[in-house]
Amino acid sequence: MKVKQISVFLENTTGRLAEVTKTIAEAGINLRAISIADTADFGILRMIVDKPDRAMKVLKESEFTAKLTDVIGIVLNDKPGGLLTVMEIFNRDGVNIEYLYSSLIKEDESVVIIFKVEDIEHGLGIVEKAGLEAIASF
Amino acid sequence: MIYNQKVESMKKGEMEKLQLERLKNLVHTVYEKVPFYKKKFDDAGVKPGDIRTLEDISKLPFTTKGEMRETYPYGLLACDLDNIVEIHTSSGTTGTPVVAGYTENDRSLWSEVMARCLAMTGADKTDTIQNAYGYGLFTGGLGVHHGAGPLGATVIPISSGNTKKQLQYMQDFRSTILTYTPSYSLFMAEVAGETGLDFRTLNLKAGIFGAEPWSDNMRVEIEKKLNLKAFDIYGLTEIIGPGVSCECEVQNGLHINEDFFYPEIINPETGEVLPEGEKGELVFTTLGREGTPLIRYRTRDITWLFREKCSCGRTTVKMHRLLGRNDDMLILKGVNVFPSQIENILMKIENTEPHYQIIIDRKSSHLDNVELQVEVEESFFSDETKDLEIIRKKIHNEMKQQLGISLNIKLVEPKTIERSMGKARRVIDKRDLPKAGEK
Repeated sequence: MKVKQISVFLENTTGRLAEVTKTIAEAGINLRAISIADTADFGILRMIVDKPDRAMKVLKESEFTAKLTDVIGIVLNDKPGGLLTVMEIFNRDGVNIEYLYSSLIKEDESVVIIFKVEDIEHGLGIVEKAGLEAIASF
Repeated sequence: MIYNQKVESMKKGEMEKLQLERLKNLVHTVYEKVPFYKKKFDDAGVKPGDIRTLEDISKLPFTTKGEMRETYPYGLLACDLDNIVEIHTSSGTTGTPVVAGYTENDRSLWSEVMARCLAMTGADKTDTIQNAYGYGLFTGGLGVHHGAGPLGATVIPISSGNTKKQLQYMQDFRSTILTYTPSYSLFMAEVAGETGLDFRTLNLKAGIFGAEPWSDNMRVEIEKKLNLKAFDIYGLTEIIGPGVSCECEVQNGLHINEDFFYPEIINPETGEVLPEGEKGELVFTTLGREGTPLIRYRTRDITWLFREKCSCGRTTVKMHRLLGRNDDMLILKGVNVFPSQIENILMKIENTEPHYQIIIDRKSSHLDNVELQVEVEESFFSDETKDLEIIRKKIHNEMKQQLGISLNIKLVEPKTIERSMGKARRVIDKRDLPKAGEK
């Protein structure tokens, strides 16, 4: 299953990340995963939240440039070689990873890693065929 | 040395007689040979025969940059194309350039007026002119080049750029005169400082600077850092290129070669001719051009005219150095740019109405640093940095290709660009340039 990720454009200026966080918090939205990609001039904040549609609404009302993208959240064993299992499968079956980051969720012996792949349908097919668990929502 | 003693020291009455004679010839020629002007004269209800005194010039219609674009490429030629020996262009608001065509006589005229300008700054046959204005369609390079010929001076046609070579040649060829844009000259001084070159050890005596606005503060700095006397020169492609006017050794106002370029100052709102000493828009009528003569061309430059007994011995009318412009044209790195050009380019890339701002600064390098801030619209926002970098590069490359200058492109968040009264402030110019309000 696909997960909805929200990305927000941020200039590299003080306080902008705090603004986004505040907007999300005040709307009672909980963050489930977060990462930032940065260049010399700007950054892209990527996050998974419990209420993506509501988050999009409040971000736009606060005039942020935000966008929804489909990503895959794969449940992995939290032990050495956990990530390697997926990497080997993706490598073997030609799934191109654009980026990945870890979620804030940890239950028992497992973690959720967020993958953005070039071709999501292809990627999901491989994940399912390999018997890996892709979560639907948080 | 006065290059053309007879004309440049002419009594006012004699000059006016010469101007009137040439003006009468001009109106007959353009009426007969340029359909564009015939129609304009007819629409204004004026016939060539109506021009009996110099004051009658106010009966003639103005010519605008817009009209020069509309008649691109050859609509303003007043002679057979066979007689054109050289063409120059300059940029316009929509990318359509304006065209200046020169006959053999026009080129001689250009050489003559440029030789006069060079001589105003003290140049003669003993001088070596390092000409760093760009050679090409831009009139700067070839204008100076043509003028050095009749003067008998040595020209080094080094063209623009390559600062290290400029500094090397300056030493090796013992250049005595530099012709550059003022900002570039300061940049050179900076580079020279880094390499340990001391300008006091060079042979430079004069710098002839133009093609972009500069302030008196900048003159002081240039003279100190380059150890030379800095002169302001003025010209525009439409009229001829450089050579329209230049400062003499007194450095107080630019002597206009008024026997060939008849100046008027008008109220830019009403078109009314203003008396000498009043500030307004500079208008030129070419008295002697054969290729693309112009009637009352509106330069959009703001200045005023004055006559004084100049200790250099010249009697020609002077214009104060430019005080600004009455349109939104920017001169960035010596290139004419209209904000609307930038807007058009952005629209083609993004297919949306762009929100942008141009921030111009001259920091320690003294070169124009131009930052173009573009708001990131949802239409092209991506969750991947590489996509945004691709857009940034594309904007940079398109600007470079179409404007001919390199801008720093910065992607910014929406609504970060200040909007006042519903209209965005497109340009923030932090350069120390002469202000239109000063007098």
